[in-house]
Amino acid sequence: MPEREVKLTIGPQHPMLKEPESFLLTLRGEKITDMTVRLGYNHRGIEKACEQRTYIQDMYLVERVCGICSHSHSTCFIQAVEEIAGLQVPKRGLYIRTLISELERIHSHLLWLGVAGHEIGFGTLLMYTWRDRELVMDILALISGNRVNYGMNTIGGVRRDITAEQIPQILSAIDTLEERTKYYIQVGTQEITLRERLSGVGKLSREDATHLGAVGPTARASGVNRDVRRDDPYAVYGELSFNVITDEHSDVYGRTLVRVGELMESYKLVRQILKQMPDGPVVVKAPRKIPAGQAVSRYEAPRGEDVHYVKANGSDKPERVKVRAPTLANVQVVAHMLKDGYLADTPIVIAAIDPCFSCTDRAIATTNIDNGRTDRMDWPTLRKYGIDWYSKQGIDFAELNRKLRTMRESN
Amino acid sequence: MLAEEEKIKQQLAERFGLPAEKITVQRERRIWADVQAAEFGEIFDYAVDKLGFVILATITGLDEGPTLGVIYHIARESGIILNLHISVPKDKPVIKTISARFPAADAYEREMVDLLGMQVEGLPPGNRYPLPDGWPAGQYPLRKDWKSDTIGKTEVTENA
Repeated sequence: MPEREVKLTIGPQHPMLKEPESFLLTLRGEKITDMTVRLGYNHRGIEKACEQRTYIQDMYLVERVCGICSHSHSTCFIQAVEEIAGLQVPKRGLYIRTLISELERIHSHLLWLGVAGHEIGFGTLLMYTWRDRELVMDILALISGNRVNYGMNTIGGVRRDITAEQIPQILSAIDTLEERTKYYIQVGTQEITLRERLSGVGKLSREDATHLGAVGPTARASGVNRDVRRDDPYAVYGELSFNVITDEHSDVYGRTLVRVGELMESYKLVRQILKQMPDGPVVVKAPRKIPAGQAVSRYEAPRGEDVHYVKANGSDKPERVKVRAPTLANVQVVAHMLKDGYLADTPIVIAAIDPCFSCTDRAIATTNIDNGRTDRMDWPTLRKYGIDWYSKQGIDFAELNRKLRTMRESN
Repeated sequence: MLAEEEKIKQQLAERFGLPAEKITVQRERRIWADVQAAEFGEIFDYAVDKLGFVILATITGLDEGPTLGVIYHIARESGIILNLHISVPKDKPVIKTISARFPAADAYEREMVDLLGMQVEGLPPGNRYPLPDGWPAGQYPLRKDWKSDTIGKTEVTENA
């Protein structure tokens, strides 16, 4: 009997997502043959709302575009506003902004590493990375008072200074995180189970990555050497030395290596920032009304290039604010990566672009084309399906989970 | 310091006979050009193919009163952004799609269709974005005369 074609809908709603999306997969057996994407379920009208509020209100609003890269969006927005207003932000202010950027990248990438571990059944990796992530969350809370939505930015600089007592605390946390990340690199490069599970999954060639407009670690893992921090430097990135991490694996394994590599670069950057940070004021007074003009601002968020366009009309409210979050650029890419792949790989491939997937229990409906019957499966069931499916192929994390736990306990 | 940017400005001006005041070098890595909608396709192709603006950062749609504006933010690998601006009349807001060249433009163009009432020729069939399927026709939230309470009030009446 020939395999029947089955259509499978994934999504769309989940309260934790910045951009919930609905994927309609066409399946032939275990293979995905076609896929379409429906977006916009959580369109909150932030751009319109910005036109009705003052610049400073907008800054707090824009910070809430994303719960994870909140500093990315607020920085990207005020960089444009500051450019239009001709404000010279004091050096120390820019250094502190950059410090928060890198701490945010660290917490975001550690979060991702945990989610990736979870989706493939590598629970010990999730527990370790999220434990470690607490170190950087504590540092962010120490500096800003908040774990997320730090509220550090203001038009013209930052709202809080870094004190001399905070510096050793930050450095000590970074030392611990670096040591732990080295261990993850070791696990990533030496553990055969992890490599086998992620290699060849969610393939994206360099040509496709460029053509489809992939951004961030997703693009860099396909050998696309682009990073706004280096190519279009903002804040103080022009004064710092760091490597842009790329990888040629062009699959989920490559995306994992790029992110752990970027963690190591972020630790280097944090140390440089704290060493080079000059004394002086952290903020310059900004006018309430911004003169007419326009600016476009780019920012390398943990998930890729964030783009904001701001047009000012001389009043205290902007004429237009446009936000292009990195996930929007990567969603087309996910559709491409899933094609010709296995249903069991869907959770990790979607998670691998890091679409702010903090927790995932979205409803999945399966429709049998021949009899029109609809079955429902939720995300945990699909995840379990993926883990069990690979377990039958001999890729099982149970042993590795146990082994790593024992190793660290004996240390 | 702005040698590269000025060179691009000159190349565009010479090739398409654009008046100097229509192209502005705002600062390092930021060029703005105001072009006629009819000439846009040719200028865009030239910028991508010959001047190396191979990255589409995004597309911004604007309500400019009697016209709708579109800004194509395209970038070079080296970081320079060229912002190409066109205007089309609001009563006939028609532009051509660039999604064949940049598939990511699909989402940015649909956004202008839904939020500003732009008509994009050549856009492949697909789901709307970002408004819901049942959104009333002719309601374009990013138009300046549109207020959020118009829709809100309707919903309250229905629920009462």
